[in-house]
Amino acid sequence: MELNDFKSNDGITWCPGCGDFGILNALKKALVTLDKSPKDVLLVSGIGQAAKLPHYIKCNCFNGLHGRAIPPAVAAKIANRNLTVIVTTGDGDCYGEGGNHLLHNIRRNVDITVIVHDNQIYGLTKGQASPTTDTGYQTKVQLNGVIQEPMHPLEMAIALGCGYVARGYSADSEHLSWLITEGVRHKGFSLIDVLQPCVSFNKKNTYEWYAKRIYKVNTEPSYKPEDKMAAYQKASEWGEKIPIGIIYKCDKPSYEDKSGINNIAPLVDADIKDINIGAVLEEFI
Amino acid sequence: MDNEITLRITGEAGQGIQTIGAGLCNLFKRCGLHIFASQDYMSRIRGGNNFFQIRVSDKPVYSSSQRPDIAVTLDKNSIAIHKTQLSNRGIMVLDKQKFGISDEDPAFFDAPLYNLANQIGGNELFVNSVSCGVVAGMIRLNFGLVQDVIKAIFENKSEEIIKKNVDAARAGFDFSSANFKFDKFKLGGAAVAPRDNLAMNGNEAIALAAIRAGCKFYSAYPMSPSTSIMDMMAHSAAKFNIVVEQAEDEIAAINMVIGASFAGVRSMAATSGGGFALMVEGLSLAGMTETPIVVVDAQRPGPATGFPTRTEQADLDFLIHAGHGEFARAIYTPGSIEEAFYLTVKAFNIAEKYQIPVLIMTDQHLADSVRDIEPFDLKNAVVQRHIISKEDSGKITGYKRYQFTESGVSSRAIPSWINDVIYADSDEHNEEGHITEDADMRVKMVDKRFYKKMAGLAQEVEKPLAYNLAKADTILVGFGSTYGVIKEACGFCGKEFGYIHLPQVWPFPALEVSLMLKGKRNIITVENNAGAQLARLIFRETGIRVKSSILRYDGRPFDLDYLIGRIKETGR
Repeated sequence: MELNDFKSNDGITWCPGCGDFGILNALKKALVTLDKSPKDVLLVSGIGQAAKLPHYIKCNCFNGLHGRAIPPAVAAKIANRNLTVIVTTGDGDCYGEGGNHLLHNIRRNVDITVIVHDNQIYGLTKGQASPTTDTGYQTKVQLNGVIQEPMHPLEMAIALGCGYVARGYSADSEHLSWLITEGVRHKGFSLIDVLQPCVSFNKKNTYEWYAKRIYKVNTEPSYKPEDKMAAYQKASEWGEKIPIGIIYKCDKPSYEDKSGINNIAPLVDADIKDINIGAVLEEFI
Repeated sequence: MDNEITLRITGEAGQGIQTIGAGLCNLFKRCGLHIFASQDYMSRIRGGNNFFQIRVSDKPVYSSSQRPDIAVTLDKNSIAIHKTQLSNRGIMVLDKQKFGISDEDPAFFDAPLYNLANQIGGNELFVNSVSCGVVAGMIRLNFGLVQDVIKAIFENKSEEIIKKNVDAARAGFDFSSANFKFDKFKLGGAAVAPRDNLAMNGNEAIALAAIRAGCKFYSAYPMSPSTSIMDMMAHSAAKFNIVVEQAEDEIAAINMVIGASFAGVRSMAATSGGGFALMVEGLSLAGMTETPIVVVDAQRPGPATGFPTRTEQADLDFLIHAGHGEFARAIYTPGSIEEAFYLTVKAFNIAEKYQIPVLIMTDQHLADSVRDIEPFDLKNAVVQRHIISKEDSGKITGYKRYQFTESGVSSRAIPSWINDVIYADSDEHNEEGHITEDADMRVKMVDKRFYKKMAGLAQEVEKPLAYNLAKADTILVGFGSTYGVIKEACGFCGKEFGYIHLPQVWPFPALEVSLMLKGKRNIITVENNAGAQLARLIFRETGIRVKSSILRYDGRPFDLDYLIGRIKETGR
C-alpha cells in the first residue's frame, strides 16, 4: 500500500494551518507502514473538527454522534475482529461529552486505537473551554478565565490500567505516525493524546509555545514505559517541559482474548439462516 | 368460571415466592392444565410484600383473575393484606403457630408450614417445598407429579437436598390431604393441555426469538422489567456464539448495537422507559445512518424512576415520536407470548430490509407473566437477509452507501466484504456518505429516509386482530399486553361485544382500523395509561373519535374481574 491508496476525494474543511493536517498525514503514513488495506480499516468518529478526519482518508467510516465514537467502534470490532478499528476524536468529544465511554472502554480493553486531537479548546462551536483547557484561559464564555482544573487524560488512563498510553504532537508527523503504528499493533485499548494547536481559537498553546516545551521520552535510555509509577509521574509533567512518546505500556489479555471471541469465527461470518433453538426451547417444556 | 382456580403465594421479598410459583406452574402444566401466572413485586431485595399468582384451568387462559381461591401466606403481614381479596370460596393457608395468631376464621386453613420445614429439612427454606405439597394436596393432585417437579427444580443439587425437598413436599401433601376436608378445588374434567406445551414469559419469548433471528450482539444496562431478556441472552450466549455486553449506560448500549450492526451483525438492546429516554439520540442516529437495530422497551410506570417493578402503557406517544428529526421506524406491540416471539423475528427482518430502527414495546405485565403455549412454528420464524452477501460482495466497486432508489432503500454492503470502502454519517450526507450542506440533496435524503421508507413499511404492517366485529355494537380496542384480558372479557360480556387488538402501532394501520370501526358508535379503548394515548392516536390517524376509554394507571395490570367491572360501569 502507498499513501495514494488512502487518498479521499472529499474536500477538506479545516482551517489553513490546523494541527489536524499533521494528524491526518501521520495516520496515513501509519496505515502504509502497517500495510493495511483501506477496506479492512474502520475509522469511527463523533462530532467536532477531529471527527471529520475519516472523510479525508479512504477507509471505512462511521461518523456517529458527539461523544459517542468509542461505543460503536468497540462493537464493530467485536462484530468483526478482522477490522482494524481506529477512533479519531477530540478533547471535547472524548474527554467531555463521551467521558463515561472512555473510562469504561479502557476497562473493557477491546483492541482499538483512540486518537484524541487535543487542542484544549472547542473549535467547531467557536472557542469555548474544553476539559483540557488550562486554568485561567479566557474565552467568550469563561470571561474571567477557566476556574476548573483541567482533566489529565494520560494520568487517568494509566490509573485505569490502559495498556498503551501515548502523547504525540501534531507538528511532528513522523513521531506521531510511529505512535499510531505502535498503538494499532498493541493488542488492546490504545489511547493516543495528540497535542494540536488550534490556530483560530487557542491563542495560548500555539506552535511556538509547544516548540519550546516538547521533548521525547523514548529517546531517554533510562525511561521504561513499563514502569507504572514512573509513567504516572511522566504523564503528570505539564508546564515548562512537556513529554511526548509512549508514556505507558503493559501487555495484558484483551477483551477478545477474555470473552472467547478470538476462538470463534468473526460474528459477522456466522451463518444465521436456520438457527436451531430446539435445545433452549426444551428448557421451557 | 368453573374448572379453574386462582392461586396466590405471598410473603416478603427473598422468601422464595418465585421458586414456589415456578414449581407450581410446572406442576400444573405436567398435569395437563393451562396456566397464566403473573407477578406483583416491590422494588426491593428483602422484605415488603410480594405475590405470585397463578390462574389454572382446563381451558386456555389469557389473563389474571383478581381474587384468589387459595392464598398461601409465608409471613404474618400477608394475612391482612390479602384476606379481603379472597374469592367467595377463598381459603387462606397460614401457619398460626409461626405467625403467633389464634384468630378463628372459616377462610383459614392452618398448616404447620414452618414446623414441617424445620422438622424435615432442618431449616425454614424448605417451606417452599412444604407449600407446594400443601397446595397439591388441597386440589387433590397426584403426588407422583409433585415429586417429579421437585426433582426437576433441584436437579443440579445434591441427592440429599433433593430427598429433603421431596420429603418436605410429601409432608405438606399428606397434611392437606388429611386435614383439608373440601373437594371444592379439585379440578374436574380431563386434562387437555398438550404436555409438550411451553411455559414462558414475554421476555423469554423475545430473547428466544432474537436468538432464532440471528442476533449475535446484545448490549444493555440492567433495568426492570427488561433485565430478564439480558439474563436469557447471557444464558444462551455460549451455545449460539452471541456476545452479550453489559454497557456502562443505555447511551453506550444503543451506540454499541448500532456499531455492531454497521459491521454486519444483527444486534439488539432492551430497556425500560427511563433507559429508552437515554437511547433516544442513538435512535435518531440509527435513522440517519440507516443502520438496522432492534430495541425493546419493556414499559414501567413513569415519569422518572416511577414504579420500577410495575406495569404501564404510557410510552406509546413517546416511542412514536422519540428522536429528533424525521425518520422511518416500526413499532410492534405484542399482546401475547406468541406475538412477542414472532414479532421479534419480524422486527429483525424488517429492520434489516428497511435499514431502520424497529422498536418492540411491551410492559412489565407481558414481560413477567408466564403462560403455557403451543410449541412455536419455526417455519413462521425465518430469517430474511437484506444485505449484499459475502459471495456477491467481491464484485462491488464504486459503492455508494446511500444510493437513491425507488424504495428509498440502498443496497447494504458489509465493511471488509466489498472491495471498496463504506462511509456512513450522522451529518446530512450525499449518496457516498460524505457530509453535505446542499439543499436539494437534503430534500432527497429526507424523502429517502422518511417518506419512501414509511410507504414501504405501510405495506408490511401487522394486521390488527379483530373479533366479533360484525355482530358487536361495542368494540373494545387495545394494544400490547391488554390483548389477553380484552379477549377473555369480551367472551364474558356477551355477543354485543367485539374487540380489536393492535400488534403494531407504527406505522399505524389506519386503513384497516378505519374499515373495522366504520359505523361503530360504541368504541372503547382499554389502556394502561392516564392519557388515553391510543384513543388520541386513533383520532389523529383515522379521524375516528372513540366514545370512551377505560384507563388504569395505578401500576397494576388489568385483570379479568377488574376489566369486566369497568366495562359494566362504563355502560354501553
